[in-house]
Amino acid sequence: MSKQRTAAIVNGDPVEFLSDPGQTLLDVLRDELHLTGSKEGCGSGDCGACSVIMDGRLVCSCLVLAAEVEGCRVQTIEGLSTGSTLHPLQQKFLDHAALQCGFCTPGILMASKALLDANPDPTESEARYWLAGNLCRCTGYDKIIKAVLDTAAELRQDRKSA
Amino acid sequence: MAQLSYLSPSSVDDAVKALSGASARALSGGTDLLVQVRSGRAKPDHIVDLKRIPGLIGIRAENGGFIIGSATCGAMLSEHATLSKIWPGIVEAANLIGSTQIQGRASLAGNLCNASPAADSVPALITARTTCVIAGPAGTREAAVESIVTGPGKTSLAAGEFVVAFKLPPRGPKASDAYLRMIPRTEMDIAVAGAAVSLALDADGVCTSAFVALGAVAPTALLVADAGQALIGSRLEASALTRMEEAVRAACQPISDKRGTADYRTKIAAVLAHRAAVIAWNRAKEQA
Amino acid sequence: MNKPVKPEETGAILKVVGTRPIRPDGVEKVTGRAAYGADLHLPGMLIGKVKRSPHAHARIVSIDTRKALALPGVKAVMTSADMPDLAAEHYEAGESASNLKDLSANVMARGKVLYHGHAIAAVAATSNAIADQALDLIDIVYETLPHVIDVEEAMAPGAPILHDQLFTAGLGETPTKASNIATKHRLDRGDLAAGFASADVIIETRYSSAAVHQGYIEPHACVASYAADGQTQVWSSSQGHFVIRGLCAKLLKMRFSDVRVIPAEIGGGFGGKTTVYLEPLALVLSQKSGHPVKMVMTREEVFRATGPTSASVVTVKMGAKLDGTITAAQVDLKFQAGAFAGSPVGAAVMTSLACYDVANFEITGWDVVTNSPKVAAYRAPGAPNAALGVECAVDELAEKLGLDPMAIREKNAVRNGVRAPYGPIYKNIGYVETLEAIRSHPHMAIPLGPNQGRGIAAGFWFNIGGESTVNVSINEDGTAIVSTGSPDIGGSRASMAMMAAEVLGIGVEQVRPIVADTASIGFSTVTGGSRTTFATGMAVVQAAEKLVIDLKRRAAETWGVDLDQVVWQDGAAHCLQAGKAPKGALTLAALAGSAGKTGGPIATVVALNAQGAGPGFGVHVCDVEVDPETGHVTVLRYTAAQDVGKAIHPAYVEGQIQGGVAQGIGWALNEEYVFSTGGIMENAGFLDYRVPVASDLPMIDAIMVEVPNPAHPYGAKGVGEVPIVPPLAALAIAVRHATGVRMHDLPLSPSKIRAAIDANKAG
Repeated sequence: MSKQRTAAIVNGDPVEFLSDPGQTLLDVLRDELHLTGSKEGCGSGDCGACSVIMDGRLVCSCLVLAAEVEGCRVQTIEGLSTGSTLHPLQQKFLDHAALQCGFCTPGILMASKALLDANPDPTESEARYWLAGNLCRCTGYDKIIKAVLDTAAELRQDRKSA
Repeated sequence: MAQLSYLSPSSVDDAVKALSGASARALSGGTDLLVQVRSGRAKPDHIVDLKRIPGLIGIRAENGGFIIGSATCGAMLSEHATLSKIWPGIVEAANLIGSTQIQGRASLAGNLCNASPAADSVPALITARTTCVIAGPAGTREAAVESIVTGPGKTSLAAGEFVVAFKLPPRGPKASDAYLRMIPRTEMDIAVAGAAVSLALDADGVCTSAFVALGAVAPTALLVADAGQALIGSRLEASALTRMEEAVRAACQPISDKRGTADYRTKIAAVLAHRAAVIAWNRAKEQA
Repeated sequence: MNKPVKPEETGAILKVVGTRPIRPDGVEKVTGRAAYGADLHLPGMLIGKVKRSPHAHARIVSIDTRKALALPGVKAVMTSADMPDLAAEHYEAGESASNLKDLSANVMARGKVLYHGHAIAAVAATSNAIADQALDLIDIVYETLPHVIDVEEAMAPGAPILHDQLFTAGLGETPTKASNIATKHRLDRGDLAAGFASADVIIETRYSSAAVHQGYIEPHACVASYAADGQTQVWSSSQGHFVIRGLCAKLLKMRFSDVRVIPAEIGGGFGGKTTVYLEPLALVLSQKSGHPVKMVMTREEVFRATGPTSASVVTVKMGAKLDGTITAAQVDLKFQAGAFAGSPVGAAVMTSLACYDVANFEITGWDVVTNSPKVAAYRAPGAPNAALGVECAVDELAEKLGLDPMAIREKNAVRNGVRAPYGPIYKNIGYVETLEAIRSHPHMAIPLGPNQGRGIAAGFWFNIGGESTVNVSINEDGTAIVSTGSPDIGGSRASMAMMAAEVLGIGVEQVRPIVADTASIGFSTVTGGSRTTFATGMAVVQAAEKLVIDLKRRAAETWGVDLDQVVWQDGAAHCLQAGKAPKGALTLAALAGSAGKTGGPIATVVALNAQGAGPGFGVHVCDVEVDPETGHVTVLRYTAAQDVGKAIHPAYVEGQIQGGVAQGIGWALNEEYVFSTGGIMENAGFLDYRVPVASDLPMIDAIMVEVPNPAHPYGAKGVGEVPIVPPLAALAIAVRHATGVRMHDLPLSPSKIRAAIDANKAG
């Protein structure tokens, strides 16, 4: 079994890594690049804890082969904040107590970012369906949805006043 | 797993060669394949990624219809305004495959060739009378979409063959389609039953053509000719819908499993076909 | 010191408790930096994996590990032969107790495999792929045996027997024939026959629920590192690292002092992470290989080999007068324990009638072993199953009597001074207040449309106190460190910091709470039983109060006044005696800065066994709409009121209520273990084990009723478990009123509902 060399851009930085053909992007993020913020909750694309944004699309990194990301841009939870400044979603999740154990949180934040990138003014129902691939077992989703909608409102306000 | 290799050919010919090997599997979105490899249900020697072949991703209008690259993901279908307007049933069916994350990856070809009886997009592709463009060692051929799947997990594709594109035929005015499925939750489940209906109407709203296809009620998706026939000549009056429902129930040969009983699947298939027909009819009336 | 601060007595206004500050561990968790069980990487670390039984019940004839061990890259292989063969011994772990002999045989099968997925061997190798190959090279010969999973089938004569040395306890005399019934529980009062004789109406009914999993999103994970001198370190994601230490030491006959367990962040537990699965195996593999060993379960392993909670069958006979007074109740509870004795049926017996003041009752419970994974605690263990039967029975009774479902509950509600069915006299309970919160809630006035129904149900949980150790120290700049031994599952660091800040009179951002490892603080039992805010919180408050006394003493000595001339306010000592403190108050920072001159470091430890946890009550109302053609249930709106005593951090209290409700909705509607005829779970993944997703749920309105618990310095009661108790019944009752059909078997899946609607039409 020979390892394959792959080059990609992760959180804005060029990276190169070697992977076995069966290894997933999630395996490489966690075990090779030590970006352990993306979590494995199921390994089958059913929980969303490993969600990352790949070339602008939200994906489960457990369902992407590591070799597939050759030349791609990958954004993970570790790249969501700017330096020590939290992304508005991260801040709103804290403000609204939208996390309990925190294990699903990185995936939900990445999914929420992809939502607001695609739809700056989602309805509650749109937000719920967009996030249906991200399981949270602690919160009942209530405060997560409120945090996402509140972030969207704040970002729209910022855009208006900008 | 020990011998597994990953190949990403950049031409159809190279892909055909790579797929002709002993146990090669085509990869487009990977949302089924990678789960199968991980669980050990699939043990390919080669995974052949088709996404870097020019034309495999994308949607283009051609001869009044559409050509959809086989590795195009579901999200791209819904982002295509014209396709969504002309074939809303296909787009909504494709968009029911999994989560937002899955939508960013899963392709029509994967949904078809995974050969699950419950594949959401397949009934809608069938009622649209879709043709598959297939590349293989003997060159390129075309085949009706309903001829591809032969049973759970089985296809009529020969070694080295793969679906390159889907051809949707030209669509006249006053025509539309719809797809509905039943799942226990609101998202993330495999269909317990699914029904697609495609209709064309005359100026008075009378069905001039009608196709009804079902998912998850037989070893493969079913095109139910009698059900379509029941709608032709009608304006979806109750009697026509009742006849269609009877034809649907008669066609169902479901199994009972962890996702639903045979009895339930049969009943629900008729309910879904009825509702989908009404949606398709209302949409068709709105189409110029 | 034992006299608690009572703000209502002193007139002090709470400045921190009851507010909603950002949790201290929040930024780590929203940036992906928080380290969970699977996130640790050590040099030389191996990957450990478990070989699991392909049979539901079989005798192990032989295990041959030689080929696996010979594979290059494999550093160790273990079986139960590598673990001590223990005698039966009871081990208390917070809410759940274990028999060590059973626990040992559960983590690694001994003699027989008792369920599909039962661990039978484990390997440690240099990579995932090699470990997988090694598992395939282990040769095991089985002699398969007939299996039984259904609880009533397991109780029936002639059922396959799991343990030939298991004799039913609780029958008065010990039987001579082995049985799958481990224990019969019984609780009674009054004269049952007379109670039923005086009833105007009697209903008899039966409700069942399927086994469901806790469904934490983080699979079990740990790293163990064994050193040549026997000192070991274990990093583990659990609800109680002291219990992990205790169980590992007991199972492997090690000294407690040689096992240091470091708590990783925990990605959800709900009771399911109060025991061990992987840790003892990782320790043995580390010892045998001389390397650190990481073990992480797959989701499939989590479903097949951990949790779940019991499938159950509850029968209820209940009699009442025409005015709704319940005169007698007979409840029978049959609980699936899984492969080893120890279902939560005892708690189910005790909680089943805890909301009702009934003079005559008899409650029986049956703990039954089955060829399925050994059940683990799940949020208010046993109570939701019991409440499903009893609350639905009360709804049936109300319907038969033509009474309002709120009225019948109010009529029979337990109040202060009433003796609880399980023994004690209720004091300071808030059940009536909680009922009133629902009765007066706007939700109750919303009209329902066609195919819609409303369900009301109540629920009870004891809540516990228990053992906690807390260390509070003041840093040289006057900031504080609060160390506890209680893992933070849902925001407890925030509430600990808040209570310390309140007592010390400083801002919550001045207090850093940490969860200390087993070598760095005294014993603390699990975060479970809704105990942490109550019990560990009590220790935090007592420790901070001790420090305040110490600080006042230091100030008094500085000023040369008597101690009673010093008051502590707003984070500073103030002198009451005029002229003695020319520079004014001595702040915490000033006192901390000069601590060396006033007696040295400012730090203290409180270790306690907290008593007086106030029981919790919840009342829920839920509206559903049922599609009569598909049987699909849509939850339209949900309101949950609960007596929380005092909400320390209201946002996280609401979060507990909302999360418990969501789990209860899943339990009611779509979650279940589905077994094949061969005894194999057919839906061991999140695709077909259907936990609620965001689009399945409405906003969940959490109403916090505050009837203070005087045993806690701020009045707190446990909150985490009560909210999962009422939803099963609330949903079943709502579906009944939406469809006209009473459903008796959870989950209320669409196909079952459609079938019931069809049967109702036909019949």
